[in-house]
Amino acid sequence: MAFGNAMRHIPATRPVVFHARLIIGVLLLLVVAIALPFVASGYLVFQLTLTLVYAIAILGLNMLTGYSGQISLGHGAFYAIGAYTTAILMTRFGVDYWWTIPISGLTCLIVGFLFGLPALRLEGLYLALATFALAAATPQILKHNGISAWTGGVQGIVIIKPDPPHGLPVNADQWLYLFTLAITIVMFVLAWNLLRGRIGRAMIAIRDHPIAAAAMGVNISLFKSLMFGVSALYTGIAGSLGAIAVQFVSPDAFNILLSISLLLGVVVGGLGSIPGVIFGALFIEFVPDFAGQVSKAAPWAVYGLLLIACMYVAPSGMAGLARQTLASIRKAGRAWPLA
Amino acid sequence: MTSLLEASDLRAFYGSAEVLHQLAFSVGEGTITALLGANGAGKTTTLRAICGLVRSSGEVRFAGTPIGGRATEDIVRLGIAHVPEGRGTFLSFTVEENLQLGAHVRRDKSQRRSDVDRLYGYFPILAERRRQQAGTLSGGEQQMLALSRALMSRPRLLLLDEPSLGLAPIVVQEIFRIMRRINAEEGMSILLVEQNVNLALGLSDHAYLLETGRLALSGPSKELRKHEAVRRSYLGY
Amino acid sequence: MNGLLHQVFSGLATGGIYASLALALVMIYRATELVNFAQGEMAMFSTYLAWSMINAGLPYWPAFLLTIGVSFLAAAVIQLAIIRPLANAPILASVIVFIGLLLVFNSIAGWIFSYTIKTFPSPFPSEPLWANSYISTHEVGAIGVTLALLAILFAFFRWTELGLTMRAAAENPVSSRLVGIRVARMVALGWGLAAALGAVAGMMVAPIIFLDPNMMSGVLLYAFAAALLGGIDNPWGAVLGGFSLGIVENLLGAYLIGTELKMTVALAIIILVLVVKPSGVFGRTVLTRV
Repeated sequence: MAFGNAMRHIPATRPVVFHARLIIGVLLLLVVAIALPFVASGYLVFQLTLTLVYAIAILGLNMLTGYSGQISLGHGAFYAIGAYTTAILMTRFGVDYWWTIPISGLTCLIVGFLFGLPALRLEGLYLALATFALAAATPQILKHNGISAWTGGVQGIVIIKPDPPHGLPVNADQWLYLFTLAITIVMFVLAWNLLRGRIGRAMIAIRDHPIAAAAMGVNISLFKSLMFGVSALYTGIAGSLGAIAVQFVSPDAFNILLSISLLLGVVVGGLGSIPGVIFGALFIEFVPDFAGQVSKAAPWAVYGLLLIACMYVAPSGMAGLARQTLASIRKAGRAWPLA
Repeated sequence: MTSLLEASDLRAFYGSAEVLHQLAFSVGEGTITALLGANGAGKTTTLRAICGLVRSSGEVRFAGTPIGGRATEDIVRLGIAHVPEGRGTFLSFTVEENLQLGAHVRRDKSQRRSDVDRLYGYFPILAERRRQQAGTLSGGEQQMLALSRALMSRPRLLLLDEPSLGLAPIVVQEIFRIMRRINAEEGMSILLVEQNVNLALGLSDHAYLLETGRLALSGPSKELRKHEAVRRSYLGY
Repeated sequence: MNGLLHQVFSGLATGGIYASLALALVMIYRATELVNFAQGEMAMFSTYLAWSMINAGLPYWPAFLLTIGVSFLAAAVIQLAIIRPLANAPILASVIVFIGLLLVFNSIAGWIFSYTIKTFPSPFPSEPLWANSYISTHEVGAIGVTLALLAILFAFFRWTELGLTMRAAAENPVSSRLVGIRVARMVALGWGLAAALGAVAGMMVAPIIFLDPNMMSGVLLYAFAAALLGGIDNPWGAVLGGFSLGIVENLLGAYLIGTELKMTVALAIIILVLVVKPSGVFGRTVLTRV
């Protein structure tokens, strides 16, 4: 089955040869990324900031579902926790926005780890069920009167856009973009290191051969919970940055459709692919705009069809398709007879 | 004598590993043929390949019709019954229900009752336990049930996988006696996989010896009994 | 006492609906070891189909039966065409497809029928039976329909040949193949029956909570909780779980925590079951074979 092979396609240690081409490519990408806010309109900068935010969230989910094989349908809940943590800290406690990021990361790490402990003892389907329920219940929990003193209840919380630091020749939107970009780069580098090293190999071992992994001394439950926590941390940080960018948090923004969007980002970009995450983020940020012009329901119908189609046609998402295309180009190139 | 089942160049695969290599064998109509070999030789895999339960290539013909690549449920409907290793009984169903399911492919439901009674005649203990859950039966009783279930479909060819495994000798004797009787009275062809070489050679007309997925020896059972290599490795003298 | 009885009775009515949907989930789980996350949205879509038929002038009961038939067929086709090919792929693939189906049904319902809330007729008279103040006639009717359906299904599985065959295919697909049972068809039939159950659940609940594309999300969550509580592979457990949760939901809502935390209650129950006894009250223990 195409899907099965796709999952196995993720190599244990991808030998990254530091081609000059690769380094130049990444640097070029960085230059473009940094230059973007200065050439794009204000609204586009905002959209790009959100793209980066989603990239971090999708990266978190991908580490869990793509690499570790644990199905989470409820990562929107952690996004919400991150967003509300930042909102509450900034508006009720006057904490500076940059401090709220690590705090919400830590909060989500703990909550994720605790949620993971019982849920991950069981097989994938039960985790999917539990996280589905979590996502469905999140807006209701956020609206609850008991905590509305903190959360603002149904009306939510408004956040004031932070000012750029003195002296820098950027406006608030551009600063926010660059701030987010910096954090995104850090998170990506950390993830890349994590996954290439022993931890990444352990995750793949647990995913593909759990019994062998346990026999070799990997403490599976603890490890899975830890991975869940880390994945939640990523999504929580994304939520914080997202809240600052949107300047508003409210319960209904964090419904199950958010969790499904994140999952879609993972699937479309490619399970287990880090570069694919960027594509997934671009996808879920910009496609609803286009599709939404047709009708309010259209984006979701498209998403649904795409989810199904991906499992058949492109189980490893864009990253897989890109890899296949590159491979066939290379093969075609080699087919030319030597002079 | 015509061949009811014929296999040539049969290969079987678990994943990408080839476990049966270019097997060629046949089961004559009305005969009992034994497939022998040590643990892991590929005997069970051969039966599963015939039934389409494992990926295979090559040619398998049943009564002249090629059956390679067909779905298990279609192959079975052609007149083959398979009693798998581990018996495959429907554990939470009663003895009667198991037999009823065995007759699933039969068009003539009216005959079913008399068939059930006939089988209860062969195995009276099953009649006693007819309303019991199959999972509560002993090993020997489950083997009788599995065999009966297979016979309910009135197959032309019966595939039996290790019927003696884990059973007391007296029970094994009983089962083999019934098999001999069914073969003699109804002319049912049997392909028997057995680790107990002595018993198998005693019951069968013809035998094949498998070693690590390949055919090592074949011939009439009486002769194989006297064959040097068989005696040394499998009969112990 | 008045209020308590009322809560219990109407809890039984919604409980019956949870029971139907939970049973649908359990049936599919037993046959395929998968949970159909799209069951609620499919039921909602069936209800909209019924609504369209009734709106077009068809009397209630013919529309009811026609909806069941169409839902049955559509579900069987979906199973064969979209779900079955992924049977050997990792569970993640099937789960993603279920989510995809969820989105498709939800959004197409919204597209075709709009998101404005609609009323759905009840086939039962609106005057309460014997002028009682505990339970509406529709609620009695809903309980009755649910019980009738469950009885029909029980009889079907227990006493018919096809029912026996379907049970066998669910319990042991390999042995079933060996007796010639076309397992793929049986699974498709199972999906059809599950969809039929869902359609009835939708049509019974719509007069109470009104028809809108998102009406089944809460019901589905409670159905999940009921199925898990009873044991995800146990149909009796699902039914018992469904009725119990209907009552529990009402009592908790009326006397303890108010009506705004219904989903949260379902979540709490799901987590509780998974932590304390994942196999549910009546299910077989979830052992992963080493």
